[in-house]
Amino acid sequence: MKVLITHYGYIDGSGEYYIVIDSDRCSGCGKCIQKCPEKALILETEFIDLEDKIVVAVAEEYRKKIKYTCAACKPERGSTPCVLACEAKAVKCIWNPR
Amino acid sequence: MKEQGTVKAAEFWRWQEYHRVMPKKWTSKDLITAGVDVGSVGSKAAIMVNGEAYSWGITRTGSNSPESAAKALSYALEGTELKASDLKYIVGTGYGRVNVPMANKAITEIACHAKGANYIWGPRVRTVLDVGGQDIKAIRIDETGRVVSFLMNDKCAAGTGRGMEVFADLLQIPIEDIGEISLKVEKEPEPVSCTCVAFAKTEAMGLLRKGWTKEKVLAAYTRAMAVRMANLINRVGLEKELVVTGGQSKNIGIVSRIEVILGVKCLPMPNWRDEGNLDPMVAGAFGAALFAKALYEKAQKA
Repeated sequence: MKVLITHYGYIDGSGEYYIVIDSDRCSGCGKCIQKCPEKALILETEFIDLEDKIVVAVAEEYRKKIKYTCAACKPERGSTPCVLACEAKAVKCIWNPR
Repeated sequence: MKEQGTVKAAEFWRWQEYHRVMPKKWTSKDLITAGVDVGSVGSKAAIMVNGEAYSWGITRTGSNSPESAAKALSYALEGTELKASDLKYIVGTGYGRVNVPMANKAITEIACHAKGANYIWGPRVRTVLDVGGQDIKAIRIDETGRVVSFLMNDKCAAGTGRGMEVFADLLQIPIEDIGEISLKVEKEPEPVSCTCVAFAKTEAMGLLRKGWTKEKVLAAYTRAMAVRMANLINRVGLEKELVVTGGQSKNIGIVSRIEVILGVKCLPMPNWRDEGNLDPMVAGAFGAALFAKALYEKAQKA
């Protein structure tokens, strides 16, 4: 097993909201960043197996409010632009409002 | 363990700062590295000799990250005869990692906690719950301590070490006794509905007025915190063995309730108060010091 999956988001009283990045699959191409209408995605350096790898991440200031930031893309209706943009299927969205 | 001053009666939240030197020798041929983990509440520094824990220090993080980092590191060096110049490589980690001026490199605390948990408990560890002062992280790791999957709840301080400090102050119970006292209830009460630190006072006062004992209030709050943590672990996927790191690993009330909710036993907590045992609160700094060793060796080979 060699994966590194990062969940950005949170569970709170109103449900659970995560943008999930698979750092092994992510090539850092940035296509998802271009598709994000809220500009919530950025490239970040991850430390994997003693190497620095540039991968996509949710920018710090959006991590605590992705329920609101990502609501514009209506994740409850299916895939969001960032998820669709990724050919490597490195971006996922978990969206379970209660 | 060296006592640092006395606890003032009014400061129930204040936990013990301390430093430790392991009974072992080093020579100039040894590879000496350090990890500095500047957390939101505690700053931890660990020094390793050839990848084995040699000394560490834990202090309270001040308003200034570089100062806190320097304080923790000099605390770890205290009583070792080592000088800062003996440290071949330093890795900074934690909330304030970009502000560790003496570090050769900054690495996320996720990677460091994973590595540190693997170091403290060995390759059996698969799930690490790190309860810090300001956030909670659930991390799945492999047998080498590599991160497989993780998630962090840093949305608010509810259910974190800082929340516990507020409660300690409120109920006037020393922070280090909170876990034990929260278990002194005949029947586990319903968890409080709201773990918000800002509302903690109102909520606790309401319960006390209803005639609840301090123990029962604490039990209800600790239970609610444990439920939140168990939710995070379930989202990342629980795989045995489970361990708890960070300051709240010392809170038996939290750890035992997580065990009940998840239906698993955590690997035993090292008896860190005793000489020769590692402190899970320092896991991130141990991991950082191990990465420091690996990165130094890699640089030498290149």
